[in-house]
Amino acid sequence: MIPYFACILLVLIGLYAVVTKRNIVRIIIGFSLVEYAINLFFALVGFKREGIPPIITELGQSRSNFVDPLPQALVLTAIVIGLATTALMLALAMRIYEKYRTFDITEIRRLRG
Amino acid sequence: MRGMSPVVQVIARLLAGLLFLFGTYIVMHGHLTPGGGFAGGVLVAAAFILMSLAFGSVEHTERNSYTLSSVVESLGGVLFVCLALAGYVAVAYFFQNAATYGTGTPLKLISGGMILPANIAIGIKVGAGLFAVFLALGASRFVMKD
Amino acid sequence: MDARFVPLFVIIPLASAFLIPLFAKLWQRSADLIANAVGAVLAGLSVYGALSLFTGSQVLVYRLGGWHPSLGITLAYDHLTALVVLAVNIVGLCALLFAVRYLDHYTGRWKFYALFMLILVGLNGVSVTGDMFNLFVFTEIAAVSSYALVAFGTDFDELEAGFKYMVIGEIGGAAILLAIALLYAKASTLNMAVVSQVMAGFGRTPLFWLIVAMFLVGFAIKMAMVPFHAWLPDAHPSAPAPVSALLSGVFIKVLGVYAMSRVMFNVFGLSRANAAGFFNLLIGFGVLSIVAGGLLAYAQKDYKRLLAYSSISQIGYILIGLGIGNYWGIVGALFHILAHALGKGLLFLTAGSVEHATGTRDLDRLSGLEKRMPATAWSYLLGSLSLAGVPPFAGFFSKFFIIVGALSADMYWLAILAALFSTVTLGYLVKVANRAFFARRDREPTAAREAPAVMVVAMLGLLVLTIVLGVGFKPVVDRLVGPAANVLLQGLGYAQGILGM
Repeated sequence: MIPYFACILLVLIGLYAVVTKRNIVRIIIGFSLVEYAINLFFALVGFKREGIPPIITELGQSRSNFVDPLPQALVLTAIVIGLATTALMLALAMRIYEKYRTFDITEIRRLRG
Repeated sequence: MRGMSPVVQVIARLLAGLLFLFGTYIVMHGHLTPGGGFAGGVLVAAAFILMSLAFGSVEHTERNSYTLSSVVESLGGVLFVCLALAGYVAVAYFFQNAATYGTGTPLKLISGGMILPANIAIGIKVGAGLFAVFLALGASRFVMKD
Repeated sequence: MDARFVPLFVIIPLASAFLIPLFAKLWQRSADLIANAVGAVLAGLSVYGALSLFTGSQVLVYRLGGWHPSLGITLAYDHLTALVVLAVNIVGLCALLFAVRYLDHYTGRWKFYALFMLILVGLNGVSVTGDMFNLFVFTEIAAVSSYALVAFGTDFDELEAGFKYMVIGEIGGAAILLAIALLYAKASTLNMAVVSQVMAGFGRTPLFWLIVAMFLVGFAIKMAMVPFHAWLPDAHPSAPAPVSALLSGVFIKVLGVYAMSRVMFNVFGLSRANAAGFFNLLIGFGVLSIVAGGLLAYAQKDYKRLLAYSSISQIGYILIGLGIGNYWGIVGALFHILAHALGKGLLFLTAGSVEHATGTRDLDRLSGLEKRMPATAWSYLLGSLSLAGVPPFAGFFSKFFIIVGALSADMYWLAILAALFSTVTLGYLVKVANRAFFARRDREPTAAREAPAVMVVAMLGLLVLTIVLGVGFKPVVDRLVGPAANVLLQGLGYAQGILGM
C-alpha cells in the first residue's frame, strides 16, 4: 500500500508547487511532478508479486507470471502526451519572458475581471 | 548555438553513431523486445541533439534543419496514417494488420506484419519531431522571428 | 448499417493535419483549401452519419484493427454521438470558412489550420470513442492544440491567458488520468462497455465515489463550471475569433458535458433513481454557473469577454438539464448543446467580424455599427435572441424543455430561476447590441466596412441553421435529440448495444 500513497503524496507536492510558486519555471517543474507521480501510480497498478517482464525470450515459455503489460503501454502514451504539454509550456514560458521580461506570475497580470 | 570544447566534441563524435545505431535497433525490434517507435525515435533524436550541442551551429543551418525536420516529421505522420489506412482499405478495419505474411513469430525480426513498418514510421516522426522541438526551444531566435 | 464511416471522423482531420504543413511549404494558400475541404467533408459525413441512424439501428460499433471489444479499442456511434459530432463539424466548417479572411492579419496561416485540424481530431475522437484511455488521449490532443491556439496571437494578453489556461486545463487532464488509473486498478479493463458491466458488480464503495469525484473534477475543469471557471474568461476572448467560436461553441461541451455524461450515465450507471445526491450536486453547480456567469457577464466591457462569461452561464443550463435527470430535462440539455453551439459560435464570429473591421473589441469605443455592417449586426441580434430564449429560435426550445423537465420533477424554483435568468441573458446580450451596433447620441458611429463575403457567408450559415433548428424543432427532437436522451437514460444498457447482446 505504501508506494501508492507515496504516489499520491508526490501528486500533492507537485500541486503545492503549482499553486504556491511564483516563478513560471517552478510551476512547470511542479506540473511535471504531478504528471510523473500519476504515471508512476499507473505503472504500479500493473504490479504482480513475483511477476516477470511480459517479454518472450525463448520459444514455448510459460506466460502465467507475466505482469500486466497494458498499464506500461498506457503510461508510455501518457509520457508522450506529457512531453508535448511540457514542451508547449516551456515554449509559452519563453515567449512570456520575451514579452514581459520576467518569470514572476505576480507581475504578469493584465487580464482581470 | 556555440560549440563545446574539443574533449566533448571527440566523445560526442564517438557516441553519436552508436546512439543512432542503438536507436534504430530499438525501433526495428519494437515488436520483439521492450521499446519501439517512440523510445527508439527519442534515441535517434538524442544523437542529433548531441551533435548539434557539441559542435554548435549557425543560424541558417539551424533554420534549415528545423524546416527539414518538420517536413520529415510530417512525412512520418503521413506514412503512419497510410499504414493504418492500408488495413482499412485492404482488409476491413482501420489499423488492421494488412500484411499477408503471418501474424508474428516470437524472436523473428521479419514478422508481425504491419507492426514493424508502423514502428519505423513512428520512429521517423518522433525522432524528427523531438529534434524540431529541441531546435525550437534551444535555438529559438529564428523560430520566434517567423 | 455499415459502420465503416465512423473512423473517418478521426482519420481525415488527422491526415490533413500532417498534410497541411507539407503542402504549405509548396504553396502558402493551399492550407486554406485543404482545411476548408476537410471541414466540408466532415460536415457532410456527420450529416450522413446522423441520417444513417434514422433507419432504425441504435448503435453502430466499429472495432479498430478487428479486435474484440474486451481487447481492442471500439468506436461507437449512437444518437448522442451523432448529435455531438454534428455540432462539432458544422461549427468547425463555419469557423474554417470564417478563418480564410480573418487570418489576414495573422502570420503562420498553416500552423493555425494544422492546429485547428488537431482540435477537430480530438473533439471527433472524444465523441466516437468507446474506450476510457482513448478518451483521455483525444481530450489531451484537443486540449494541447487549443492551448497553442489561444496563445496564437503571441501578444501580452494571449500569452498570459494561454499559460493560465494551460496550467488549469492540465490539472484537469491529470485528474482524468488519475481517475482512469484508479478505474483500471478496479476493473482491469478500459473498454467503456466492459467497464460498465464490471463496475455494476462492485457496489457503491468509497473507492467508487472517489473515482466519480476525480472524473467530475477533471471534466468540470474542461467544461468551466463555476468554481473551476477561472481560465475561460481569459482564454476564449484571447483566441482568434474562429477558434473562440469552436472553443465556446463545442469544445467545452464535448470535452466537458458530453464526456462527463457518457462516463457518468453509461459507464457508472448513475441515474436520478440511484444517485440523487450526485444529480443534486450537478443542479447546484448548474445554478451557481447560471447566476455567477450571468451576473459577471453584465459587468464586462469587452465584447468577447462578455460572450465568454455568457458561455459559463449557458453551461449552467445544460448542467441543470442533466441534473434534473428525467427525459425532458435531458432533451433540453442536449438540445441546448446544439442551440448554444450554433448560437454562441455565431456570436463569436460576429465579434471576430467587428474586430476585423474596427480593430477593437472594447464596447466603449464602438458605436453605430449597424449602418456600416448590417449583416454582422443582424446576425448578432438574431443569434442573441436565440440564446436568450425568444421563440421561434432554437434557444427557446431548449430552455422550454429544461423548464418542462423541472416542472415535471416538481422543482418549481428551478423552473422559475431558469426562466428568470433567460431575461438576464437577454439583458447582457442586448447591452452589446446597444453599445456596438446602434447609434448613440453622444458618439460618432465607428468607421468600419462590412466584413468580406466569406465571413458573412459563414455567419449567415450559422444563423440559418439556428432558425431552421428552431422552426423545425419537432423532427430534430423526434429523430435525434430524443433518442440521444434515451441513450443516456438507458444507463448500463449502453453496454449491451456495444457488446452485441
